[in-house]
Amino acid sequence: MFTTKPHAKHALRKAFAPVRLWRTVRLGVRSLWLHRLRSLLTLLGMVFGVCSVIAMLAVGEGVSHEAQEQIRRLGSSNIILRSLKPDEDKRPSTQRSYVIEYGLSYADLKAIREILPNVRLVVPARIIRSYVFNATRRIDGEVFGTVPWYPEMRNVRMVAGRFFGDEEMETKKNVCIVSTVAAETLFPIDSPLGRNVRVGSDYYKVIGVIEPESSRVNSGANADASSGRSEGSTLSRVYIPLVAAKERFGEVLVKRRSGSFEAERVELHEATVQVAQQDQVEETAAIIADVMNDRHKKKDYEIVVPLELLRAAERTKQMFNLVLGAIAAISLIVGGIGIMNIMLASVTERTREIGIRRALGAKRRDIIIQFLIETVILSGAGGVIGVAIGIAIPYFITLFAHVMTIVTFWAPMVAFSISGLVGIVFGIYPAMRAADMDPVEALRHE
Amino acid sequence: MQNRVETQREDGGMASESIARLEQVTKTYRMGPVLVEALSCVNLDFKAGEYVSIMGPSGCGKSTLLNLLGCLDRPTSGAYFLGTEDVSHLSDDDLSEIRGSRLGFIFQSYNLVQQLTVVENIEVPLYYQGVRADLSRQRASELAARVGLGDRLDHKPFELSGGQQQRVGIARALANDPLVILADEPTGNLDSRSGAEILHLFDELHGQGKTLIMVTHDDDVARRSQRVIRLRDGRVESDVYN
Ligand SMILES: Nc1ncnc2c1ncn2[C@@H]1O[C@H](COP(=O)(O)OP(=O)(O)OP(=O)(O)O)[C@@H](O)[C@H]1O
Ligand SMILES: [Mg+2]
Repeated sequence: MFTTKPHAKHALRKAFAPVRLWRTVRLGVRSLWLHRLRSLLTLLGMVFGVCSVIAMLAVGEGVSHEAQEQIRRLGSSNIILRSLKPDEDKRPSTQRSYVIEYGLSYADLKAIREILPNVRLVVPARIIRSYVFNATRRIDGEVFGTVPWYPEMRNVRMVAGRFFGDEEMETKKNVCIVSTVAAETLFPIDSPLGRNVRVGSDYYKVIGVIEPESSRVNSGANADASSGRSEGSTLSRVYIPLVAAKERFGEVLVKRRSGSFEAERVELHEATVQVAQQDQVEETAAIIADVMNDRHKKKDYEIVVPLELLRAAERTKQMFNLVLGAIAAISLIVGGIGIMNIMLASVTERTREIGIRRALGAKRRDIIIQFLIETVILSGAGGVIGVAIGIAIPYFITLFAHVMTIVTFWAPMVAFSISGLVGIVFGIYPAMRAADMDPVEALRHE
Repeated sequence: MQNRVETQREDGGMASESIARLEQVTKTYRMGPVLVEALSCVNLDFKAGEYVSIMGPSGCGKSTLLNLLGCLDRPTSGAYFLGTEDVSHLSDDDLSEIRGSRLGFIFQSYNLVQQLTVVENIEVPLYYQGVRADLSRQRASELAARVGLGDRLDHKPFELSGGQQQRVGIARALANDPLVILADEPTGNLDSRSGAEILHLFDELHGQGKTLIMVTHDDDVARRSQRVIRLRDGRVESDVYN
C-alpha cells in the first residue's frame, strides 16, 4: 500500500560543500562558454591590464637593477673622492704652454685622516713594473707607490723594520720596504735593512720587510699559508712613498696642441674612504666635504657617495613603481568595470533562469555564488592569460632590444591575485542584483 | 509529514489530513496609489493526495494563489500552514528551503534552463538540496525514463517539442519527491494530444498518491481532477468535489 517512496532527501545523500562548489565552477564555465566571444572580449581588458603591469614592472626592475648594480660595485659603505679638472675657460688663455696642477693631494688625505681617524682611506697604489737591482742581483718586480698607512689599510704585517712615515712621504725620501720574497732573492745572506736597492737610476734605502699580502688578502687570516710562493712575481714588491713614485715615474700628463703644450699634474686621481658602518656614511661624507671645501679654492675634486646614489636610485624606483601602480590600478579598474557591465547584462538576460532556480530551491546566496564565480572565472582567466603574456613580453624585449628585464616572483602573483580580487569586487554588485530579484517577477520576465 | 501521505492512501483516496491550509489569506498589490486586491479572505484546505483544479477568469488571482501555495510569495495577511507549520512569515532562505524540499513546480512555459540538458534540468532541485552528483544523476535519469524521455537525456530543451519539454518539467517537479505539486496552466501552451499526454501523467501521479494543485482554463482538464475551485475577483466562488 505504500506507494509513496521515502522522501528524497532521506534517501539521497548530501554532497560535500567543496564538491558543490566545483560543480558551480563547471556550471559557470559552461555559461561563459555559451557566449564565447562576449566572454573573450570581456577578458581582454583584464588581460591587457595584467600583462602590461607585469611587462612594465619587468623592464623597470631590470633598468633599476642595472643602475643599482653599477652603484653597488662602488661599494655602499664607501665614499669616493676624485680629482676633477677645473673648467677650462677660467684659465688664462694668453698663456700658450702651461702645467695645470689640480685635484686631490696627499695632504688632503692626511687632513681627512686627522679628523676621521677611524675611517680607512684606500688609495689605489701606483704600480710600476720594473727590474729591481741589488748590485748584480735582479728581480722582475713591482714598484708600488703607496701611502704610509698601507699596512693597516691592507691588513699586512711588517716582518722586520718599519713602514715609511708621513715625514718620509712628504719629503719624497728614497726609502723602500721590500716584500719577503723580494728580500730573499735580493739579499739571500744578510739583512736587507739599511741597504740600498736600485730601480732604474734611483737608489732606495730599505727600511723594512713586509709579508707578502696576497696570502692574507686572498685566503683570509691564514697568514702562514706557505708564504705564497706560488703567487710568483706579484709578490716581489718594493713599496715606496706614493709622492716619490709620482715624481720619479712621471705623473705629468702632457697634451700637445699646435705649437703649445698643456700638462696636467695630478697627485692623486682617486681615493676611497671606507666607513665601517653604513649608517655613518652620510655623516662622514659631510665632514669630508667640509674638509675638502676648506682646503680647495677651486672645485677640482668631486665626492661621490654611492649610498646616496643608491638611495636616489631607490627613490626613483619607488616613484616609478607608484606611477606604475596607478596605471595598473586604472587599467584593472577599467577591466573590472568591463566585466561588471557584461555581468549586469548577463543577469538581466538570465532573469528567467534566476527565477527558475529560486523557485526550485536556490537560496539568495546560491545565486550570489553562481554569478560571483562566473565573474571570478572571467577575471581569473583574464589574469592567467595576462600573466602568461606578461611574462613572455619581457623575454622578447630582452631578446630583441637587449634591455635587461627582471620578472620578479611576486609580480605575476600580485597581478593575478589582484585580477581575482577585481573579479570579486566588481562581481558582487551584479550578483546581488541577481539574488535580490523577486522569484515571482523573475519567473514572469520575458 | 511523510506518514500523513501514507495514511491518507490507506483511506482509499478519501482526503482527511490537511497538507496545505490557507486561513483568511489576502494578497494586495500596490499599483502606484491604487491597491489591487488579488486575493481577499481566501480560506482553503488541501488534503494529502488530492488532485485539485483551480479555475476562473483571467486576472481573478489563480496564479497569485498558486504562488502563495508554492511559497514563492508571502500573503499580505492571513496564515498559510504547510503541514502544521505556518510559513507565511518565514524568511526568504527558509522559504527557499521549503520550495526545494517539499514543493514541485510545473509552469505553463515549461521554464527549463536553456543551457542545461534534459537530465541536468531535472537535477536542478537536487543540486540545491545538496544531493551527491552520482545519486542525483541516477535519480534524474530514472525520472526522465518515467516521463518517457529516457532516450533524450542529453538533449537541450530547444531540441524538444513542447510536450517533451513539459514532461521534463514534470520530471523536474518530481525530483525532490515533493509533498505538493503545483502546476500553473501546464497544458496551456500545448496542442490537445500533447496536453492529453501530460494529463495522463498527472493521473498516474495522482494514482500514486501525489498531491496535485493545477490551474487551468479548460473544463475538460478540470473534469479529470477530484475537486474544482473557482475563483472570481480574488474570492473563492465555488469549491466542489467531482
Ligand atoms: N506583481 C503584481 N503587481 C500588481 N498587480 C498584480 C501583480 N501580480 C498580479 N497582479 C494583479 O493581481 C490580479 C491577479 O493576477 P493573477 O496573475 O493571479 O491572475 P490569473 O488568475 O493568474 O490570470 P491569468 O488567467 O490571466 O493567468 C490581477 O488583477 C493582476 O493585475
Ligand atoms: Mg495566471
